[in-house]
Amino acid sequence: MLTLEALRTEIYSSQGIVTPVDGVSLHIQPGETFALVGESGSGKSVTAMSIARLLPDNGRIAGGDVKLGETGLADLSEREMRHYRGRRIGMIFQEPGTSLNAVLTVGKQIVEAIETHTALRGEAARAKAVDWLRRVGIPEPERRIDSYAFQLSGGQKQRVMIALALAAEPELLIADEPTTALDVTVQKQILDLLLDLQRERGMAILLITHDLGVVAQVADRVGIMYAGELVELASKEAFFSRPLHPYANRLLGALPDVDKRGHLLEAIAGSVPPLNQTFAGCRFAPRCHSATERCRSELPAMYEPQPAHTVRCFAYAAEQPVALQERPPAEPSAELARKARAKAPLLSVDKLRVRFPIRSGLLQRVTGYVDAVHEVSFDLYPGETLALVGESGSGKTTTGKAILQLLRGTAVVDGVARLGDVDLMHASAAELKRARRDIQIIFQDPFGSLNPRMRVGEILEEGIQALRPEIDGAGRRQRIAALLDQVGLPLAARDKYPHEFSGGQRQRIAIARALAVEPKLIVCDEPTSALDVSVQAQILNLLKDLQRELGVAYLFITHNIGVVEYLADHIAVMQSGRIVEVGASGSLLTAPNHAYTQTLLAAVPRAKLEDAVPA
Amino acid sequence: MPGPIRASGCNKAPPVKIVTLWTDWVVFFVLAALCTYIWRVARTPHLAVTWRKAFLSAPGSAAATVLAMFVAIGVIDSLHYRPLLEAAPGKEAVYAPETLSLLDHLLAAQREGKERSYSAPLAYVAFEKEAVIVNGEPRREYQRLAHAGNHLQVPEQDWAGDISRRCLVGAVLGLLLAALVVAAYLLLVSRRQQIELGLAWQRLRRGEGRYPVRTVLATVAVLCLLWGVVAQLAGGYHVFGTDRVGNDLLYVVLKSLRTALVIGTMSTLVTMPIAVGLGIMAGYLRGWVDEVIQYLYTVINSIPYVLLIAATVLILMVFIENNGDLFPTSAQRTDARLFFLCVILGMTSWTDLCRLIRGEVIKLREAEYIQAAQAFGVSTWRILSVHLLPNVMHLILISLVINFSGLVLAEAVLSYVGIGVDPSMQSFGTLINTARLELSREPAVWWTLATAFVFMFSLVLSANLFSDAIRDAFDPRAIHK
Amino acid sequence: MINYLIRRVIYSVLVLAGINLVTFFLFFSVNTPDDMARLQLGGKRVAAEAIQRWKAEHGYDKPLYFNPQAEGVGKLTNTVFVENSVGILRLDFGKTVEGRDIAWELGQRVGPTLAMATPVFIVTVGLSIVFALGLMLFRYSYLDTLGVVVLVVLMSISSLFFIITGQFVFGRLMAVMPLSGFSPPPGMFKFLVLPVVVYVLSQLGPDTRLYRTIFLEELGKDYVRTARAKGLSEIAILLRHVLRNSWIPIITSAGLLLPVLLVGAIVLESFFGIPGLGSFTIDGINNQDFSVVRAMVFFGSFVYVLTYLLTDFAYAWADPRVRLQ
Repeated sequence: MLTLEALRTEIYSSQGIVTPVDGVSLHIQPGETFALVGESGSGKSVTAMSIARLLPDNGRIAGGDVKLGETGLADLSEREMRHYRGRRIGMIFQEPGTSLNAVLTVGKQIVEAIETHTALRGEAARAKAVDWLRRVGIPEPERRIDSYAFQLSGGQKQRVMIALALAAEPELLIADEPTTALDVTVQKQILDLLLDLQRERGMAILLITHDLGVVAQVADRVGIMYAGELVELASKEAFFSRPLHPYANRLLGALPDVDKRGHLLEAIAGSVPPLNQTFAGCRFAPRCHSATERCRSELPAMYEPQPAHTVRCFAYAAEQPVALQERPPAEPSAELARKARAKAPLLSVDKLRVRFPIRSGLLQRVTGYVDAVHEVSFDLYPGETLALVGESGSGKTTTGKAILQLLRGTAVVDGVARLGDVDLMHASAAELKRARRDIQIIFQDPFGSLNPRMRVGEILEEGIQALRPEIDGAGRRQRIAALLDQVGLPLAARDKYPHEFSGGQRQRIAIARALAVEPKLIVCDEPTSALDVSVQAQILNLLKDLQRELGVAYLFITHNIGVVEYLADHIAVMQSGRIVEVGASGSLLTAPNHAYTQTLLAAVPRAKLEDAVPA
Repeated sequence: MPGPIRASGCNKAPPVKIVTLWTDWVVFFVLAALCTYIWRVARTPHLAVTWRKAFLSAPGSAAATVLAMFVAIGVIDSLHYRPLLEAAPGKEAVYAPETLSLLDHLLAAQREGKERSYSAPLAYVAFEKEAVIVNGEPRREYQRLAHAGNHLQVPEQDWAGDISRRCLVGAVLGLLLAALVVAAYLLLVSRRQQIELGLAWQRLRRGEGRYPVRTVLATVAVLCLLWGVVAQLAGGYHVFGTDRVGNDLLYVVLKSLRTALVIGTMSTLVTMPIAVGLGIMAGYLRGWVDEVIQYLYTVINSIPYVLLIAATVLILMVFIENNGDLFPTSAQRTDARLFFLCVILGMTSWTDLCRLIRGEVIKLREAEYIQAAQAFGVSTWRILSVHLLPNVMHLILISLVINFSGLVLAEAVLSYVGIGVDPSMQSFGTLINTARLELSREPAVWWTLATAFVFMFSLVLSANLFSDAIRDAFDPRAIHK
Repeated sequence: MINYLIRRVIYSVLVLAGINLVTFFLFFSVNTPDDMARLQLGGKRVAAEAIQRWKAEHGYDKPLYFNPQAEGVGKLTNTVFVENSVGILRLDFGKTVEGRDIAWELGQRVGPTLAMATPVFIVTVGLSIVFALGLMLFRYSYLDTLGVVVLVVLMSISSLFFIITGQFVFGRLMAVMPLSGFSPPPGMFKFLVLPVVVYVLSQLGPDTRLYRTIFLEELGKDYVRTARAKGLSEIAILLRHVLRNSWIPIITSAGLLLPVLLVGAIVLESFFGIPGLGSFTIDGINNQDFSVVRAMVFFGSFVYVLTYLLTDFAYAWADPRVRLQ
């Protein structure tokens, strides 16, 4: 039904002409779900935008064609193309919050789509809109139709987006990362809804995603993209039972989950090449451990070693295939021998309560408080990792910041947080400064957490200077050199500025900064959620190494269950400000007691085939 | 206040006595600050990348070239001195009472070559007939000008030829100068990059390379051409004509440039420290400090600035009148009025800059690197000065550039209405004010207005284009209000 | 929302109080009432009694901020500041040096100023929006580039040139309009055309360019992509989606146009001989009439604060997030 023929898209930017999509060919059948998978910069979203011809003003389709049925979309006039958008091709996007118009009611937006493409007008169109809202599972659709987007929850907004996209009953739905911005339980609901609607209406879905778990859950066929090219194309079953391309293979190996506990993850060194160049060889060659001279000097074609399973790798070429090297075996020794648990906890949190004041009324006086964290208690022992798991708004980040005393002045914090023999909550400024040597933090955003105007050396030095004033200049320089080495950065990094580094490298710098004062505990606030899977694996490996070498404890705040399964010794599950369940990771993951934990674990999409998944 | 700086104590009296007016100090300070900032930018890649973007656009760099020319004229006009009148041995050296600038010296012919009244551009006779006695009979005739076209033997015949010859010579000389500049650039490039001259020339011609050097050099060439022609013509004529009292308009308009530049930059600068300090404090400390500072700038912002300026100028005039002993010379009065005009004009841009910085700091304070610094127990003072201040510095320079053209336009309007600079001061506003009445004469005297228009338009246009380039280079959302 | 609006009103009153304090300080502390008396009575050699008499006449014979001789609250209330402020609240601004009542003068002169400012405001904002939307239809084409060039050129020309050449060309060369002057309606029209046209022309550049920037920024947002994905036409996207979302920044900038109108009023009225508030202010300055200038500063600020308040109300109209929360 939808066919891409050697699609090539160019974007004019300050780096010259970038080709984010280069020679992508694929075919989607009516009624099937095709998942286009890739890391950031792989060109998967641009492919989707090219299909609907919604490229930014500086982009254009430079070659190939997009065919919907028999019609070539690339040559249509803008006016003709409009009859395809919405009517034949529906689209939903990553951020339902910003994708809806904030100043129009959701009803008006759906009615607009209906009136543009069908004969229904006025009350009839409105009735149809109410009908759609009901079908996507919005409660009280008659009332909700007059709501504005900001009055709905994230999941509801995405449901409205789906209603909007399907209102004119298109035969193809392009879903661009439809659940990335949503919590995992909501994600499951949205994916289920999409599959239901697909079954009901027999439409095709092109799903753009970076999450192999989602793919395994919903897709029929899979296309893997790397650096603007399609590198592997297969049915879901064939792909997950035996991925062929080295990249796909290692991507799966880089996903943290419970089976990989005790082993280092398959990190892929290096990063995606910039796309403003002409390639002479395989685009993955610089990062591939099996790459040969041929890979570097010849362009690989799509080979078909198995029926309906094609792959862009010389290992599967008919003549002179390149031999795939066995991957170096995952280090079994990476697991630290479980030390006997220390007797006293390093950090002991008791009945922690964080309340943010609500101001209202004429004079904006504090009229009440909203409880962000309510009676949270846990213990963290030296050298161990405690994962604080929860969905957005569960209060996990607030808990971390409250322990670090970063909320003084903005929120009311009660309870006790004892680090060694200091009560952080009631410590004087001097005591707190002393205690800060032992507890440090790593943040989520590797771009926001480093001052762009300071050299890496200065960034590392600032912390040492503030908390270890007894170390002199020479000592500090020595320490900085050692730190950079420890986190796997060259010494020359010292004199560079943060913007010269990639996301993963920046996160290494942030880790080095936290380590600079030799803390006993590091609060890791979603340290890998802004990173691609392959880079996430590098960082998780590094954290694990450091723990083994230095015996540092982690309070690991995350929403990513896979990371938790892989890394945590103990887990505390948070829901709306409370810890609902806490326990050793082994027992908690296999036999969760609390209903919420069960829902949460069940909702996590796994990047493997499950027999139970209905076709 | 202006004060003489004693020259080094040698026996022979120095030929000039250097004088530095208040506003001169400001001009020098701005220059020094600008150089320091450029030096810092060059050493900070993060900043350099963004600033480079501003100069990558062809209109932006062309505008910057033109602006640089205007600034150079302004700076030359800010080097003030008093010439030596007599220096007889054994006697105290006597210096002239009037303060001159280097520009006055360079334009001595124009400054001293006064006519009696109006004359049209490039004319050799006066604009109006005058009564003269010819052969004992009174007649009304167009008189030859004293300092223009008096080298012409038979003006009716020679004038057109002379003008064309001067234009041609000027153009050739200007282009020669431009060629010299280009040659110097090529030599530098070939030396630096170890390439042949021919290759460097080809690269320049095709506009290759990271910077739009071609545009800049083309702009320089056009400027050289224009100034070459003007300089040649100015040797024998009043290029832009003369005003009512016979002053050469080229001289007057070049003197107006400095006033415009001083007002355009100083207004932002005098109030900048307050704006930055309060903006950062309000944004970072929040709470009641924020409330008070916001209230303060809302109040000041709520007084219409024309009226505020009108009131202040009125109050100032009365104050000067009542306290005459504080301002002994008219130059000091003029200077004081200019200074306070800048302060009040600065008040209005102050609130904008303060609000801009406050907004930026509110965003920055949530940045994780600030929180990381807090987690290290870094002191509030250090967070403000090391982490926040450098990250809002660019806003100051941007608002300086963006406010510039608005302030130059505002000066003209205010002076025109009579609440701007002192009427005795040369500025675009006072110039236009005189031009207005001249247009209603019969026949109309159009060249004062035209001259003011040409110079003011090119100044404001280049400032606007340059500020556009800067806006685009930096986050456009933060700056477009 | 009611709370929000009431809070804005209270804040506006506080701001007015602050303005009153600042202007009082400006007018009475830099030059004391003695200085003013000397100025008005002429010259430095004025008898002390004459100064006292003048101060008593004008109610300036009390301490400025604090009266130690008075009893109780009177220490604060029996002062020039409080009496002067109360007078202003009662719209009693005193008399001009010529002896006319300032409040009455203001009432007389509001009409002509409004008659000029209202059409300028409406036409400027309306035309700018239309032009900016038009440029959006041709964005990133040569037409757009040309449009931007024209706008930058327009905004680089001082409004004075527009006024002077406008008057010269239409009033003198073509003689199709009166050079200056004013008459009450219905004859008003012919006197107002030229100032309004000249003024709109000088304002069109900056406003259109600002709106163009606003629209461009909105066009890059996600909801516009959604609207495109629905298959809407470009015009429908601009009018139904982009324009509606742009109202907030447009309202803000339209509010900022008011100060510009005031400057314009001062220049245009003095130039075209329109007997409005602007020329009243200029006369006040030329007569060194403190009462007039102070009244105008307060009156102008009052209009300002009122506009800001209206802007706040307009936000509530334009944005459901403000309206419903």
